[in-house]
Amino acid sequence: MRCRERLLAAAVTLAACVPAQAQGPTYGLGRTPSAEDIRAADTAVAPDGTGLPPGRGTARDGAGVYAQKCAACHGPNGTGTALHRGLIPLGNAKPVKIQGSLVPYATTVWDFINRAMPWTKPGSLVADEVYAVTAYVLYLNDIVKDTDVLDATSLSKVQMPHRDDFIPAQPGWKPGTRRQFGNYPKRQ
Amino acid sequence: MGSHPRSDRRRFLTSGGALAGFVMGATRPGRSQTAAPYEPQGLLAYGQPSRFANLVRRTTGRPTTITDTALMTPLQELDGIITPSGLHYLMDHVNGIPDIDPRQHRLLLHGMVDRPLTFTMEELKRFPSVSRIHFLECNANSRPLRGPNRESVQLVHGRTSCSEWTGVLLSVLLAECGVQQQASWIVAEGSDSNRYTMSIPLGKALDDALVAYAQNGEPVRPHQGYPLRLVVPGWEAIRAVKWLRRVHVVDQPYMAWHESGNNADTRPDGKGLWFRFELGPKSVITRPSGGQHLPGPGFCEITGLAWSGGGIVRRVDVSTDGGRTYREAELQQPVLPHAHTRFRFPWRWNGEEAVLQSRCTDQRGEVQPTIEEAAKILNATIDYFYQADHFNGIQPWKIARDGSVTNALP
Ligand code: HEC
Repeated sequence: MRCRERLLAAAVTLAACVPAQAQGPTYGLGRTPSAEDIRAADTAVAPDGTGLPPGRGTARDGAGVYAQKCAACHGPNGTGTALHRGLIPLGNAKPVKIQGSLVPYATTVWDFINRAMPWTKPGSLVADEVYAVTAYVLYLNDIVKDTDVLDATSLSKVQMPHRDDFIPAQPGWKPGTRRQFGNYPKRQ
Repeated sequence: MGSHPRSDRRRFLTSGGALAGFVMGATRPGRSQTAAPYEPQGLLAYGQPSRFANLVRRTTGRPTTITDTALMTPLQELDGIITPSGLHYLMDHVNGIPDIDPRQHRLLLHGMVDRPLTFTMEELKRFPSVSRIHFLECNANSRPLRGPNRESVQLVHGRTSCSEWTGVLLSVLLAECGVQQQASWIVAEGSDSNRYTMSIPLGKALDDALVAYAQNGEPVRPHQGYPLRLVVPGWEAIRAVKWLRRVHVVDQPYMAWHESGNNADTRPDGKGLWFRFELGPKSVITRPSGGQHLPGPGFCEITGLAWSGGGIVRRVDVSTDGGRTYREAELQQPVLPHAHTRFRFPWRWNGEEAVLQSRCTDQRGEVQPTIEEAAKILNATIDYFYQADHFNGIQPWKIARDGSVTNALP
């Protein structure tokens, strides 16, 4: 099974002219990280919820965290301060043609708060706090109710406004792919 | 922010100098015959441009507590195609520039691979390396401006710079790990306070992405990602993750903060666009350009830069009559893929009003549009581009009879 996969991969590789994919190592440099090292580094969360840790929280739980750890910069009501942007709406795609949050997945909000906030002490929140304060930020944006429970299964199901207003990413980029909205001469 | 670009280096030199003094002091006793080894100090240890050269990055932004203010390259002062590292443009979302000890730094590759691996800097440098000249450009570069800042090629177009990057191709490292068949994206992560994150299609990662440890012959500068930066040639530079520490091989884009809501464009029809990736063909005349002054009629070479995310610049045409007629400019060698290309055009100014502009065509045949043509493609008004990113329109500069040069965009 594994062998067949490799053969297939090798065939695909040859077809795509990519060198040495799915073969043994050529140079033998580097070390194998321990499972623990990988777990510690691997904090990113995907739109389908892959990577979310256990934990839970509601906007009600998050109000206190917000007042204590976020309000100083983002304002007591999330509308921002002299130095820092507000959290309503989320994101700032340009030009602002769409009213409301422009972040397409709730996991994106969770992941950013988890990795980068609070600004001066990133990584200091425990999972329950991240779920709760994410719920609070979404609540400020009228996206969830104050009692909605966010956890590893419900977070990716939150329907963000405008999710379907975005043109999906193109995974199949290959060398030579034509640029979207390019100015190519008519006849070619 | 707003600090003088040279102050960092000076601070470094001061501490380096102190260290050198200490070492010399320690070795002197009892060696009266042999002179102490000469240790050059200050500007002799690491040189600086003349104080008469006007080499400073500038900004249109205000100081904030974060470095989200763009510092722009003085394109009008530079020649050739290489941007000196100390003048490379800056645009970050980090809380302070990381101060990374390369002996502690590790690069982790994992996810959908047969063999996850971590590399020290020493191990990375043992791989076969390549040096490649590539531009980086911010997706907000060249956004048309209103007000006095528009009279400067630096402030409108200075969010692009070009360097010789040296490092290991990401494809080499990924092959070492054995990418599995179901993988289709990588997620690259920096070691800054934000752990800045970007998703890149596997096709690009395997094509020409470079894990760079050197820039213009010296280690990548701290502001540019020391000790490791991911260079993604020809693509919007938000993908060029600085302080690279992790490459996660996955099967979907992760929609990280700075690639979804924060760096999306909204099309005129209201549709949002993530992942613009490749930058369009672009060129701009850097001399004469906005804010400069021609002392009088006579010969004056027109010169500027052209580049394209589509690969090699095939030709640049220059017009001196606002686009009514164009003639082909000379491309100065080297002309390289995903690199700034220097063009030159001989011109004799007759003292009459003139509008100078350049037009780039890349190897795919894509042509740099005028702002009116660009608006037509997107079915927008030209005002759209004053707010949107990814504008690659033609830049006209108007020469008045008194020799002053101003921005002639509407
Ligand atoms: C010391 C000031 C500070 C504190 C405290 C702080 N933030 Fe932030 N926050 C920032 C800055 C600065 C940015 C912009 C970061 C960037 O551009 O990458 C930001 C951005 C954000 C964003 C993205 C906003 C947008 O639309 O661009 C969210 C969401 C956020 N913060 C949530 C939080 C939460 C939740 C907390 C509390 C746990 C918090 N922040 C605490 C300074 C702060």
